[in-house]
Amino acid sequence: MTVQIKQAAGALPDDNGHFGPYGGRFVAETLMVPLRELQEAYDKYLSDDDFLNELDEDLRQFVGRPSPLYLAERWSAQLGGAQIYLKREDLNHTGAHKVNNTVGQALLAKRMGKTRIIAETGAGQHGVAAATVAARLGLKCVVYMGAVDIARQAINVYRMKLLGAEVVSVESGSKTLKDALNEAMRDWVTNIDDTFYIIGTVAGPHPYPAMVRDFQAIIGREARAQILDQAGRLPDALVACVGGGSNAIGLFYPFLDDSDVAVYGVEAAGHGLETGRHAAPLCAGRPGVLHGNRTYLMEDDNGQIIETHSISAGLDYPGVGPEHAWLKDEGRAQYVAISDDEALAAFHNLTRVEGIMPALESSHALAYAGKLASTMARNQIIVVNLSGRGDKDIHTVAALEGIKV
Amino acid sequence: MGRITNCFERLKDAGRQALIPYVTAGDPEPAVTVPLMHAMVAAGADIIELGVPFSDPMADGPVIQRAAERALRQGTSLRDVLAMVAEFRRQDASTPVVLMGYLNPLEVMGYDTFAKAAAEAGVDGVISVDLPPEEARDLLTALGGQGIDPIFLLAPTTDDIRIEKICAVASGYVYYVALKGVTGAAGLDVQSVADKLAQIGRHTGLPVAVGFGIKDADSAAAMAKVADAVVVGSSLVKKIEQNAGQSDRITQEITDVLARMRVAMDTHKDRSSP
Repeated sequence: MTVQIKQAAGALPDDNGHFGPYGGRFVAETLMVPLRELQEAYDKYLSDDDFLNELDEDLRQFVGRPSPLYLAERWSAQLGGAQIYLKREDLNHTGAHKVNNTVGQALLAKRMGKTRIIAETGAGQHGVAAATVAARLGLKCVVYMGAVDIARQAINVYRMKLLGAEVVSVESGSKTLKDALNEAMRDWVTNIDDTFYIIGTVAGPHPYPAMVRDFQAIIGREARAQILDQAGRLPDALVACVGGGSNAIGLFYPFLDDSDVAVYGVEAAGHGLETGRHAAPLCAGRPGVLHGNRTYLMEDDNGQIIETHSISAGLDYPGVGPEHAWLKDEGRAQYVAISDDEALAAFHNLTRVEGIMPALESSHALAYAGKLASTMARNQIIVVNLSGRGDKDIHTVAALEGIKV
Repeated sequence: MGRITNCFERLKDAGRQALIPYVTAGDPEPAVTVPLMHAMVAAGADIIELGVPFSDPMADGPVIQRAAERALRQGTSLRDVLAMVAEFRRQDASTPVVLMGYLNPLEVMGYDTFAKAAAEAGVDGVISVDLPPEEARDLLTALGGQGIDPIFLLAPTTDDIRIEKICAVASGYVYYVALKGVTGAAGLDVQSVADKLAQIGRHTGLPVAVGFGIKDADSAAAMAKVADAVVVGSSLVKKIEQNAGQSDRITQEITDVLARMRVAMDTHKDRSSP
């Protein structure tokens, strides 16, 4: 079976990577030709049956797709409102949705003759997913990770090393995901000839936002077919957490033409939007240019990027994918924010009520879905993207409760 | 005719190449910058590239990243940088000043507001490292309206089609990035630069400056044989870092480096024929 990747003809972005005023290619000149080559390769393989069949095979046999769409009956009953279905991306190989994209980009890297892959990572999930595909394909792999994130995601750092990747600690700027992305870009500009940069989210210069979305859209394609099969109709609402926004766009994209399906992206409110200590550019930022694209950013009045805060390293990013910026302005999706405390409560709740330990990132989506469900009727349906599993976060959770693991 | 074009015509008549130092404005503290600009002119600088600090300098190596961090810790904003240029202009009406940085501070100020303020301050050219011509239409309009030269980068990966496209919208000069890498990187290859400059010369009559990887008098002299201008940044900024807190020594060490480059560039006049 050949997978369909592209959605409707004429869909965004345009040829220059623009989603309305957002997106584009804001990079140093050295990268412009390599980005064009990447675009050309991607366009070519997007309609290449051999490539698509290999991708499909890898997603089934290596990643473990399709992932289940699980009805959280006890939790839904407890909330007393809508029925909540969880798209179980936590059950993928490596424990999160990130691998959908790294499998796709690594196959592309191989087709393009690149021998070395690099990646940036925040929580470490994308780094692990990149190191995993690199190990499988015999490619050299370097992962850039902020020193602050290395300290709070020790398990994933060790996983990457076990997989044979070199993990480079980034000491510049705020020492988190944005700085890791800067450093990966610097590596790429230096080693363009043999290196493929696997960006982990739907941000960066064109074609990355579109390419990563297309690789992640399998989440929404499966979920759409599964809910029609299991519930006999489309859901009333979709909920997913948004850092850069790849798991969210992956779920949302195949439903965007279904105008009766409400779409909610959940950002990290950290200590609360009013404190300024958060990572919610769509809720509380404004447009600017960073990391190769125009989008909503957390920035000061002088255009400097400001430090973000979230309990979850994977949401701790001052920008967001340009397609989310566009969906916000168009009103097709609504963006809301959930605090550290609310996310933590959802983490515990799902673990105890359903026996599923969610990642702290995904816990933001769960917390909002819980609020939303209780305002809805019992015959309504919410699909939540459970984007990753929580094993990587147990040290963070334990430390907050004063427990030494 | 703008100060930049004037400058290159004067140099051409004299058979010399431009020496263009780069420093980050506000590094290590704002009070250092304007006196340092004057001292660099006295030491032989023809044009000054003044870095506008940005929190996420993706195209810069560690030396200039740290310079931006120092300047930002001192609160140096784009408006402060423009004020420094205005102050410089009170004593120096002829040396061109080019702002070099990233797009977001310009974007947040607003292109028209920025262009007007920059022209009033006496800025002659603007390099936005992360702005290729494909995305530059609105900024080009704003700068053009104020007579400010948009200066674009060309790279080893830039092909003929892009050289043509970029040179069609650039003015003042174009800036050739001599290596695949970030500012301050190693691995400068004079022959490959010479070949690329010949390729660029087939598309444009604009002067071509070469930067990235020029560390000392020898590499400056080697580049001056093939280019119209030589840009030196990281090796100067390193002197600032090593002497932070001692502004006299910063000025002394930077002017020493520039004076040696000036002599080396002017004595190696045996330019290879085009």
